[in-house]
Amino acid sequence: MARHTLSVLVENKPGVLTRIAALFSRRGFNIDSLAVGPTEHSDVSRMTIVVNVEETPLEQVTKQLNKLIEVLKIVELDGTSSVNRELLLVKLKADAETRGQVLDVVQLFSADVVDVAPDAVTVQLVGSSQRLADFLKVVEPFGIRELVQSGMVAIGRGPRSISERTLRPVAVPTPPPAVG
Amino acid sequence: MSGAKQAGSGATDAESVTGAQSLVKALEHAGVEDIFGYPGGAILPAYDPLFDSKIRHILVRHEQGAGHAAEGYASASGRVGVCMATSGPGATNLVTPIADAYMDSVPMVAITGQVPEALIGTDAFQEADIRGITMPITKHNFLVTDAADIPRTIAEAFHLASTGRPGPVLVDVTKSALQATTSFQWPTEITLPGYRPVTRPHAKQIREAARLILAARKPVLYVGGGTIRSRAHKELRILAELTGIPVVTTLMARGAFPDSHPQHLGMPGMHGTVSAVAALQKSDLIISLGARFDDRVTGDLSTFAPGALIIHADIDPAEIGKNRHTDVPIVGDIKEVLTDLIALLKADGQQGDYEGWVAFCAGIKKQYPLGYDTPVEGLAPQYVIERLGAISGPETIFAAGVGQHQMWAAQFISYEHPNTWLNSGGAGTMGYSVPAAMGAKVACPDATVWSIDGDGCFQMTNQELATCAIEDIPIKVAVINNDNLGMVRQWQTLFYKERYSNTDLQAHGKKVRIPDFPKLAEAYGCIGLSCESAADVDATIKKAMEIDDQPVVIDFRVHKDAMVWPMIAGGASNDEIQYARDLAPRFEEDDL
Repeated sequence: MARHTLSVLVENKPGVLTRIAALFSRRGFNIDSLAVGPTEHSDVSRMTIVVNVEETPLEQVTKQLNKLIEVLKIVELDGTSSVNRELLLVKLKADAETRGQVLDVVQLFSADVVDVAPDAVTVQLVGSSQRLADFLKVVEPFGIRELVQSGMVAIGRGPRSISERTLRPVAVPTPPPAVG
Repeated sequence: MSGAKQAGSGATDAESVTGAQSLVKALEHAGVEDIFGYPGGAILPAYDPLFDSKIRHILVRHEQGAGHAAEGYASASGRVGVCMATSGPGATNLVTPIADAYMDSVPMVAITGQVPEALIGTDAFQEADIRGITMPITKHNFLVTDAADIPRTIAEAFHLASTGRPGPVLVDVTKSALQATTSFQWPTEITLPGYRPVTRPHAKQIREAARLILAARKPVLYVGGGTIRSRAHKELRILAELTGIPVVTTLMARGAFPDSHPQHLGMPGMHGTVSAVAALQKSDLIISLGARFDDRVTGDLSTFAPGALIIHADIDPAEIGKNRHTDVPIVGDIKEVLTDLIALLKADGQQGDYEGWVAFCAGIKKQYPLGYDTPVEGLAPQYVIERLGAISGPETIFAAGVGQHQMWAAQFISYEHPNTWLNSGGAGTMGYSVPAAMGAKVACPDATVWSIDGDGCFQMTNQELATCAIEDIPIKVAVINNDNLGMVRQWQTLFYKERYSNTDLQAHGKKVRIPDFPKLAEAYGCIGLSCESAADVDATIKKAMEIDDQPVVIDFRVHKDAMVWPMIAGGASNDEIQYARDLAPRFEEDDL
């Protein structure tokens, strides 16, 4: 099994997330993570979907996704030609005795403390999946009280945009004649 | 004040209408002539302007009947079938025909009423999230809450249903949108930026296909339902005759190529002919035209046609490579694919060398024809169906239910034209036949339309006989009545040690038949006939053929032990085909 990152441009319409999630479920594909948000076009949303499939099913995933009327474009982003990031918020046990050590690790990873309580600190870290995993491994001995993590978002390197597209309307066709 | 709203009193382009009037106008603009439907609270506003419309609305007896009728209408005529229902249970009763239309790529638009927008999400009376429910079984669906969106949505729905790979589209309209005041304007353009079906095949792929066709020694044209949807039967025949390649037609493609044609080997698959199955298994090149390598055709995939290269042409790119590896993928409309292939092969002028292969296929076809045993006692169902086909002739439209009678109807009737064989292929929906025949008769009033149904299927949707009788839709129904769920019983015979659990539809040990189908037919205002012996079959069919002003039901009481042969057991390899019980045909390579 291999992880693939798909960037999916969709029309910003009600129910589009359901359509995509339902398609994965119905066709038996696995989603590792999914992140949705607005793009530079107000009527277009972008989903970053990390799927865990073999090469052949990946082709089926993209073909079936492409059949959804509200899906505009699908691009696979590979790790070398794209930048991908996840966001981690983690609440760590940190009392007067351990706080210094915790803050040392936070500094090492260039993470940010976003909230402090007498016996805990909440840390924010943005980075690749690997970087987030590395950080968690180091802070785990201090004690993790709560953890929340976003899905991955990714963008291709270089000057080009994947959302360059045409919005060409089609003429209303006349109804086809009956057969025979 | 009566007479205040006179027709023609100052109607302009920007005419103020209700959402309901806008919906009916939009349907008229979309070319709709017939709707099968059933009113109810949420859709009620639409039924008021429909009352004055030139559109014929046929009031069915169950929404499932409306859905299958729309399917039959579409499959017989090639036009979009339209059904209409109210919210909640009205809409959910459409779910089965919508799923059926999705599996068989039937162009259909379903209009449903929805509770008023303010009540959505409150578990209001007759509320069901039909858009959510039908997401996985529609090509696309819409929820319209703003009356201004109605014309555009209807235009998009018909465009989506009828173009690309056809399929069902559902438009759910809230009662509040139907009651609102709006202005009507039919759109001149549709903006569906994510929908661009590819119909023109790629020239490079066509060249590659032609190269493989000329290089092959054992090619087969594997023709699927897409060939019929694409109206490509003429081009198919030209290509077949130009190349001399043997043809097999799937259950969905019966009629795409004349059964009487010497190159036709019949239907492949679980109950296909030995020659069609053998041709696929032993071929070195399968040219798939709008077929989808369904499990009922391939059997065990890993042993399916092991020596064959695959040219797979389909308008839906997702079908290509879904089940079987493809060597030459061609995305495009089958008619255009065939036209381009024919042009290239004609220009090239070369002929493939298939002489030995054609002789091999013809030999198997001759050695293993379709057949059946005539029982010592009782009536053979296959004989009934064979006679129905022979007496009614090739212009007749047949709509089958699902089960043994469906397979026999696919096997023993000779189909010469596309759109004359209607059945529920992918979904296998019992109850399809009677309403589908009704829809076909509405679409093609001059054609003879036979419903060939089983006694199990018939009892699922026969209330539409009332619709047929009242609405003057004189279909003919042949109930192949063996008192049992025949296909399930056949599997119990073969795989469950003849333990007939819950397949006997009659009162155990009692002589009376429940229901009495001829009496049921009479009760519904139809002519009811019955036939129990082979000697009476022709006369009974002819009697039914003479009645054209009333629906007719014939109860053919056939013997219950007849089985469908040939057969490949579920999940087994096509090499394991049995010609008849415990009789394996021989079609080895060394015969070539």
